[in-house]
Amino acid sequence: MVTTSTPPGVSRVDLARLTEHWAEPRSLRGWFSTVDHKRIGRRYLVTAGVFFVLAGLSALAMRTQLARPEAGLLSPEEYNQLFTMHGTAMIFLFATPMLFGFGNYLVPLMIGARDMAFPRLNAFGYWVFLFAGLFMWASLPFGAAPNSGWFAYAPLNSEQHNPGLHMDVYALGLLFLGISTTAASINFIVTALKLRAPGMSLNRVPLFVWAIVATAFMVIFALPALNLDNAMLFLDRRFDTHFFDPSAGGNVLLWQHLFWIFGHPDVYIIVMPGLGIVSAVLPAFTRRGVVGYPLIVLSIVAIAIISFGVWVHHMFATGLPQLSYSFFSAASTIITIPSGLQIFAWLATMLLGRLIIRVPLLFVVGFIVTFVLGGVTGTMFALTAFDQQVTDTYFVVAHFHYVLIGGAVFPMLAGIYYWLPKITGRMYHEGLGRWAFWLVFAGMHVTFFPMHLYGLFGMPRRVYTYASEPGWGGWNLVSTIGSYVLALGLLLVLVGVVHAVRRGRPAPPDPWRADTLEWATTSPPEPYNFPVLPRVHSLHPVWDERTAESTGEGATADRILSEGRNTLLTSELDARVERPVPMPESTLKPLVLAAALLVLFAALLVAWYPVAAVAAVVVAATIAVWLWPAGPSRTSGVATP
Amino acid sequence: MTDRGGIMAATGAEALSTELPAGRSTGWWGMVMFVATEATLFACLLGSYFYLRFQYGPQWPPGAIGAPELLKPLIMTAVLLPSSLPMVWAERGSRHGRRWQLRCGLGATMVLGLTFLTLQAIEYAEKLRHFTLTTDVYGSLFYLITGFHGLHVLVGLTMIGWLLAAALSGATIDAHRRERVRNTAIYWHFVDAVWAAILFTIYLSPRL
Repeated sequence: MVTTSTPPGVSRVDLARLTEHWAEPRSLRGWFSTVDHKRIGRRYLVTAGVFFVLAGLSALAMRTQLARPEAGLLSPEEYNQLFTMHGTAMIFLFATPMLFGFGNYLVPLMIGARDMAFPRLNAFGYWVFLFAGLFMWASLPFGAAPNSGWFAYAPLNSEQHNPGLHMDVYALGLLFLGISTTAASINFIVTALKLRAPGMSLNRVPLFVWAIVATAFMVIFALPALNLDNAMLFLDRRFDTHFFDPSAGGNVLLWQHLFWIFGHPDVYIIVMPGLGIVSAVLPAFTRRGVVGYPLIVLSIVAIAIISFGVWVHHMFATGLPQLSYSFFSAASTIITIPSGLQIFAWLATMLLGRLIIRVPLLFVVGFIVTFVLGGVTGTMFALTAFDQQVTDTYFVVAHFHYVLIGGAVFPMLAGIYYWLPKITGRMYHEGLGRWAFWLVFAGMHVTFFPMHLYGLFGMPRRVYTYASEPGWGGWNLVSTIGSYVLALGLLLVLVGVVHAVRRGRPAPPDPWRADTLEWATTSPPEPYNFPVLPRVHSLHPVWDERTAESTGEGATADRILSEGRNTLLTSELDARVERPVPMPESTLKPLVLAAALLVLFAALLVAWYPVAAVAAVVVAATIAVWLWPAGPSRTSGVATP
Repeated sequence: MTDRGGIMAATGAEALSTELPAGRSTGWWGMVMFVATEATLFACLLGSYFYLRFQYGPQWPPGAIGAPELLKPLIMTAVLLPSSLPMVWAERGSRHGRRWQLRCGLGATMVLGLTFLTLQAIEYAEKLRHFTLTTDVYGSLFYLITGFHGLHVLVGLTMIGWLLAAALSGATIDAHRRERVRNTAIYWHFVDAVWAAILFTIYLSPRL
C-alpha cells in the first residue's frame, strides 16, 4: 500500500531520510525488537482477540452445561475453573488490552505525533501482557487454573480452603499483568500531555484521546489496590501471614474492600475507552461534530473521579454499617448523571446530523440500546433493598454483561470496522458486516435478557448446575441458543476481517471523510506517521483547510524533522512548540526484560525461590543496561525506565 | 513555560541540541506519574493497617507485643529525611556541570541511605525475637509495610549507585544524564516522604 508520490511540502530528499531513519527491519530480529506503536497496537489487538476467543469458548462450554438442569458435561471443579478464567480473561486479558490496543494505534496518530512518548516501554508493556496472558491460560490444561471467581473472595481464595496452585496463578498472573497496564497508562498520559501537534490545545483534543487519558489516570490510582490485594494473598498462601485470616486478627472483608476499590473504577476503565470510540465514530457518520464537546469532557472527568467513590455498592450484602450504605447508594445514583449526559449528547448528534448508515454506526446504535438497558438495571442496584434481593443471582450476571458487552464490545466492534481501512489499508465487505451485526445484536439479547428473568426467579450465579423443580430450564435453554448465535456473529466479524485483509478493496487515506488526524495520513500510515507534522487550528482538523495548508507547500524543516528519528514536544495545556526530541531505535531489551520477569513469576509460582532471586537480579541488571548512558552517537529517547 | 524562539528557528539538524530548554520533559512526567501510582500503593497499605487495626478491637498491638519503642525509628528518621538535602545539592551540581558536586552529593545520599538500611536491619533483628511475619496480623502488617518501604530505599540506592558509577566513569553530563539525576531525586524525595507517613502510622499511632 506504499504511496509512491511525494506528499506536498516534502522534498524527495526529506522523504528518503524519514524512510531511512524510521525504517522497520524486515528480519526476525526486527519483528522482535520493533518499538513502532502501530505494530505494537496491532499486536495488542490480535493477542487480546485470541484471549477473547479462549474466554468466549469457556463461556460456550458453561452455557452448554447450563442448557438443561442436572447436566453432566462439566464437573463442578472444571466449571469453577472455566467460569473464573472466563471472567478473569475477559476483564484483564481482553477488555483492557483490546482498548489499549486501539489507544496504542490511534493516540499518536490522533494527536499528530510520530510515536508514543516512551516507545520502548510500550514494547515492554506488550510483551509483559503477552507473557502474563500465556502464564494464566497455561494453567488450564494442567487443571490448575484460578477457580474461585474473577473477584476471588477471601476466605475462598486461601490455602486452607483452596489448596493447589489455582489462586497462586491468579495472584501472580495479575501482579505480572499489572506491570504492563501501569506502564501503558503512564505512557498514554505522558504522550497525550507532551506530544500533541502544535496548536492542539486541551479544548481541541479528540474525545477518544480524552477517554484514554482518563482511563489511564483511573488505572494509575486504582490498580495499586489490586496489586496490594494480590501481594497479600500470595503472602497469606505461601508465607503464612494473616491479612485475611480472622483467627489471627486478619479480616476477610479487607480483600473485598481493596478488590472493589480497584474493581469499580475498573468497570469504567473498561467502558470509558468504549465511550471514546463512540465519540470518535459518530462524527464520520453524522457529518457533524459531537454535540456538547465541553460537557462530554467534563462528564469523562466526572465519571473518572466519582468511580472511586462507589465501590461499596458491590458489598451491599456484607453487613456493613447502614450509613455507608446510604452514602454509596447516593454516589452510585449520582454516577448515572454523567453517563446519561453522554448518551443524550450522542442521541442529539444523531438527530441533528445527516445519518450515513454503515456497519460502525449500526454497532454504535446497538451500543446505545444495550448500554442503556444495562444502565437501567445498574441504577436498580444502587437501591440497597433491591440489591440485597437480587445479589448473587443471574440478574447481576445479566446486568454486567449488558453493560460490558454494550459498553465495551459493541464500541470495539464499531472501532474494528471503522479503523480497519486505516490499519490494513483495505475496505471491509459491508454486507458481511451487517450480517455480523444483526447476529451479534440478536445473540447478545437472546442470551442475556432471559437472565434478568431467571435471576428474579432466584437462580444463583456461579453454580455448575441446577435442579429442575424451580423451572429455570426453559429460559436457560433460550440463553444457551442465544450464546451460540452470538458466537456465530463474532465468527462472522472475524471472517469479515480476514476477508478484508485478503480480498478487500484498497482503502483511500480517508474513506469516511472523518475529522481526526489519523485520516490525514496514508492507509496504513508510514512508520513515521506524518511526513510533515501538522498544525491544528480547531476541533476537527481534517475538516479544516488550514491543517492541510500547514503540511502543504510551505512546510518548514522544523515540522519535517528528517535529520533523525524525531518528534515534537509541545506544552501541556496550549500545545505550543517546545523542541524536537529524538526517539529511540528498535531494541530487544524490552523483550529480554519481559522474559526475565516471566522467569521470575514462574519461579515464584513453583516455589523455586533461589531461581526467583536470580531472575530478580537479571531484571535489575537489564534495567540498568537499558538505562546506561549511551554514547553521543546513539540517542536514547527518554530518561526513565 | 515555553520557549518558542531560539532553537525552533533553526533547521532540524541544529534544533536537536542537547540542552534542556524550558518546559517539562516526558521523562519528568513519566516519573511523576510513576510516583503517583506508587504513592497510591502506600496509601492502600497504610489504609489496610488502620482498617485491620480498627476492626481488631481496643487492644493494639495485639497480645503482649506492646507499642513499638521510639528511639531507633526517630534516629532512622533523623538519618533518612535529611538525606534529601545532598540529593538536591547533587542535582544542582549536575545542572551546572560540576562533576565533583554531583559525585559528593550522590555519595553522601548513599551513605545516609545505607545507614538507614543498617539501622532497619538492627531493628528487625531485635523485633524478630518478639514476633515475626507469621505471629499474627500485627506482625504481618509491620513487616510488610516497613519491609516494602525498605525495598523502596534499596531501589532508590541502586538508582543512586548507578548514577554514581556513571558520574565516576567520567562520561560528560549531558541532558539525558541530568534528567536521570533529576528523576532519581524525585523518586528519592518520595521515598523519604513515605517514611514520614510510616513513622506516624507504625510507630506513633499505637500511642495515640
